[in-house]
Amino acid sequence: MSWLSYPKALNRALADALAEDETVCVLGEDVGAGMAGVTLGLRDRFGAGRIVDTPLSEQAFTSMGVGAALAGMRPVIELQIPSLLFLAFEQIANQAHKFSLMTGGQARVPLTVVVPGSGSRLGWAGQHSDQPYSLFAHVGVKTVVPATPSDAYGLLATAIRDDDPVLLFAPAGALPVREDVVAPLVPIPLGSARIHRPGTEVTVLAIGHLVHEALAVAEELAGEVDIEVLDPRTLHPFDWEALGDSLERTGRLVVLDDANRSCGFAAEVLATASEEFRLVAPPRRVTRPDGAVLPFAPELDRALQPSREQLRTAVRGVLKGGWAW
Amino acid sequence: MTQVSSPTLETPAERYRMMRLIREFETRALALVREGLIVGGTHPYTGQEAVAVGVCAALRTGDQLTSTHRGHGHVLAKGADPGRLLAELLGRENGLNHGRGGSMHAADLSLGILGANGMVGAGAPIAVGAAWAAGRRGRDTVVAAFFGDGALNQGVLLESLNLAAIWRVPVVFVCENNGYATTLPASAGVAGSAVGRAAAFGIPAETVDGMDVAAVAAAAGRAAARARAGQGPSFLECRTYRFEGHHTVERRMKLSYRDAAEVAAWRARDPLLLDPPAEAASIDAEVAELLDRAEEFARAGAVPAATGASRYLYADGLRARAGAGA
Repeated sequence: MSWLSYPKALNRALADALAEDETVCVLGEDVGAGMAGVTLGLRDRFGAGRIVDTPLSEQAFTSMGVGAALAGMRPVIELQIPSLLFLAFEQIANQAHKFSLMTGGQARVPLTVVVPGSGSRLGWAGQHSDQPYSLFAHVGVKTVVPATPSDAYGLLATAIRDDDPVLLFAPAGALPVREDVVAPLVPIPLGSARIHRPGTEVTVLAIGHLVHEALAVAEELAGEVDIEVLDPRTLHPFDWEALGDSLERTGRLVVLDDANRSCGFAAEVLATASEEFRLVAPPRRVTRPDGAVLPFAPELDRALQPSREQLRTAVRGVLKGGWAW
Repeated sequence: MTQVSSPTLETPAERYRMMRLIREFETRALALVREGLIVGGTHPYTGQEAVAVGVCAALRTGDQLTSTHRGHGHVLAKGADPGRLLAELLGRENGLNHGRGGSMHAADLSLGILGANGMVGAGAPIAVGAAWAAGRRGRDTVVAAFFGDGALNQGVLLESLNLAAIWRVPVVFVCENNGYATTLPASAGVAGSAVGRAAAFGIPAETVDGMDVAAVAAAAGRAAARARAGQGPSFLECRTYRFEGHHTVERRMKLSYRDAAEVAAWRARDPLLLDPPAEAASIDAEVAELLDRAEEFARAGAVPAATGASRYLYADGLRARAGAGA
């Protein structure tokens, strides 16, 4: 038994992959020193030839990862800041992701991109606080958002072994989470959801760090309503079966999603649930506002993120609401 | 991936033959565009043949290249089967990419052809990555990155030059300066010079006559030798010209951004007329026959079944959810 932190879990997944497979390498800014915490100590153990400090050229080194992947390696790219994904969007969405189809299955691009700290870290303001996972799920890049250290380990281990590009968002809000690990850390398949708390009356599907917020609210409201907390873990491919099963039990859905509202991931979950699953009340979502840009002042930053109060209101809303309203 | 042998392009006759193959391939492709069998149009390589052939003459089996939207010449010169390339342009199952890529994404990874690419400059960092990976794995692979003068103004190309230089990556950067980024003259779009960009990163660079296959092959040979000797990247600016428009659609548009005298002057420097071998006529006949068979093969190819439209989307066979009509 040991206490495992979230960054340490990612670090261990990288170390295990590097030790097990010589084609695995890490490319990114300040990865040698381990500035983001995820690669600490790896250069000492595996050498600067495999833990490669890059200049500040996100577009070129991301696509370099594509080329290295085409040449048979399994590169892991670290992008320290979520907004760097906007710079490298072409390389991930238009190159890495499309090679398999465009080449008629000749090319495999086993590239992993890790963003160690997506979303708000309070005080980092407009250009360092985005949560752009919906964009990548939309274009079809395999996208994972682990909520816990053992899931972070297991999903990164699987991402590196996957023959397609995989993007792993480590939400900043989940980085402080520590876990009492009793079982061996193992790879977790993509597209497999996890029920953190079974319940019978309302399904709260929460993404990333918001899983922990949902659990807190579920405990708080335990005397009032029996909430099931469902963590998809992977946004694409998504475990629709697990959502359908959960809604068979509860019939009521709230989605807790740190993305912006319009065209955000919660919108897809609500749409599919409405189209395909049993709902006894209109579903609700708690998200950032439309087109949110997080302001600097902590009070303003927090004001735009999904809150426990909003979740409580939404849960009570789906409990009361029927379709005839 | 099994490696397939690249063609030898050592003798003047072999080089002439490959240039003729590219020229005639493009002629047939244009006819198929007019016939309506190639949809969307293509970007003809006509006029630039000496660059692809000269550079590929310096590449060996196992070497790789990244290509551009104007990629037929590179793909053929590295050894792709003309019938399968033509079938790809027709969108058939027997095409190089099973009809999933078309002209702008033609690839044959077994020959080290990492793909034509629809984004200007996008092949350069992919070439750097492939070459870096090969070096890490102890192979003496050289990767040629083809791009045009338009790419000289793409940030990702400049980033790639820097990465290749600091890590001494075995890449040959090949700038095919055909004078125009679509319709924008290089003189209006490029401050400084092509080789000046390379020099700024300490990369050995030279400008060669891109209409002279022997000159291109000699320069590419020097660059490839440097790469194989562990001396890192080189940069070639090949001055050339496209005899056709930017793309086949342009023929119908009657644009006037190039002076007729300019086009005529470059056509007079046709690489196929520069120094044809004695056996040119018999080579031409052999190429024509080869392309007859290629066209027959391509036309006979099956149209892909609509049910397979998302096949190959993921390497592991993950199926996308149904969209339209579901």
